[in-house]
Amino acid sequence: MSETHSGTLIIGAGHAGGTVAALLRQYGYEAPIAMVGEEPLAPYQRPPLSKAWLKGEADADSLALRPDSFYAEANIDLVLGVRATTIHRAAKTADLSGGRTLPYETLIIATGARARTLPIPGADLRGVLTLRSAADAEALKALLGPGKRLAVIGGGYIGLEATASALALGGSAVVLEREPRILARVSCEALSTFFTDYHRARGVAFEVNAMVESLEGAGGHVTGVRLAGGRTIACDVALIGVGAPPNEEIARDAGLECAGGIVVDEHARTADPAIFAIGDVTKRPLALYQRSFRLESVANALEQARQAACAITGRPAPAQEVTWNWSDQYDLKYQFAGMPFDVDDVLVRGDMAAAKFAVFHLKGDLIQAVEAVNAPAEFMMGKRLIGERRPISRERLADTTISMKEVAA
Amino acid sequence: MAKVTYVEHSGAEHVIDVKTGLSVMEGAVKHNIPGIDADCGGACACATCHVYVDEAWVAKTGEKSAMEESMLDFAENVEPTSRLSCQIKVTDALDGLIIRMPESQH
Repeated sequence: MSETHSGTLIIGAGHAGGTVAALLRQYGYEAPIAMVGEEPLAPYQRPPLSKAWLKGEADADSLALRPDSFYAEANIDLVLGVRATTIHRAAKTADLSGGRTLPYETLIIATGARARTLPIPGADLRGVLTLRSAADAEALKALLGPGKRLAVIGGGYIGLEATASALALGGSAVVLEREPRILARVSCEALSTFFTDYHRARGVAFEVNAMVESLEGAGGHVTGVRLAGGRTIACDVALIGVGAPPNEEIARDAGLECAGGIVVDEHARTADPAIFAIGDVTKRPLALYQRSFRLESVANALEQARQAACAITGRPAPAQEVTWNWSDQYDLKYQFAGMPFDVDDVLVRGDMAAAKFAVFHLKGDLIQAVEAVNAPAEFMMGKRLIGERRPISRERLADTTISMKEVAA
Repeated sequence: MAKVTYVEHSGAEHVIDVKTGLSVMEGAVKHNIPGIDADCGGACACATCHVYVDEAWVAKTGEKSAMEESMLDFAENVEPTSRLSCQIKVTDALDGLIIRMPESQH
């Protein structure tokens, strides 16, 4: 191929890859950019797939990060429908499925994560789905509607959002959770209880401590989820939402350190100075919490896209951000900031019964994380206080007659 | 279609034809205009699409929801004309709209 190794090659055309490509051009990067994506679509937003899009409130155009015409205009070579298979670090090239080899001066790995599947009988039946890509969402949407029964295996946020969307489309849903409570991996017990009650009040059934044994079908299509103990939960569609391991193999095979994610520094750079990794696939330092973690969120993808784009173009590193995420279910806006590490107490501010409250995760008088439901002030100010490591008074924080601005004062 | 002028904090101007029905934020992001990050993609969840609406256009851009009001309250460099651009839908009536971006998103 090319004799001079100039330009940036981005492996992965998701939210992270699409953003770093656009930022490089915004920041005046003039060398060639090529971006390789396995899906047939230009970079698009995944969050709406379980939310507005699934309910029919957003179309394909609104999902796209940029119009298709943008990539040609910005001189970004978008190579879709192919997969990068091997990175040759010494030669600074990457092989693609189909036989092409592309050179790079700088490589950005943005391969994301994939939905974990369940190695149980019946997992290959039609109507047994995961939700990660637009194609997944199309398949799910086609099976939802009036009278359709959704069984969600795994009570995480994607599953709960799909549940709310299924109900909005006129169907019913049951959530099957292996742990004693939903959201066990990501939220505190108060939030689990709140979301369980909120969904229940709208007709959603929950089964916790539920060990899924197999999926049953008729004529090749799923008809139910069989639990340990012998009970079967009837359904027309089963959505498996049990986590998303990182697509780190291509990096590991190239000798880059992986530890439940590709290990990167605060500039999103791997140990190889020519190779960056960004987004869900990375294990990154969280300076605020003095540890490394794999974050799975758009906010993280964008922050690392900014870090990498700044490093590549010689800009000063962007300010460190407080990680955050959100979820929409029914009329609930859930916003999460920080990480609940090293927490010694949990404090609720507001009224859970009125669905307007925030849960603060505290370490001494510092806020480590905040989970806010229909409470944007608590989210915004909580996020700021987390980032500034500013101590607060627990008594004042718990007192809703004192505004968040006064709490912070 | 409505012509929207986006003015970066640096003063750089971008005049864009934005399709009716899109938000002012979407018009910026889809044309890769710096200064409107819109991390949440328009869910009114992040306040990274904060803009100042030109005085003459404030009334035409409509009312803020309680959620937008609260999010804005905690954004940086807020002014009376501040809006979250993901919450302004582009209509024919907004042809000629001018918005400016705050320093914090520079």
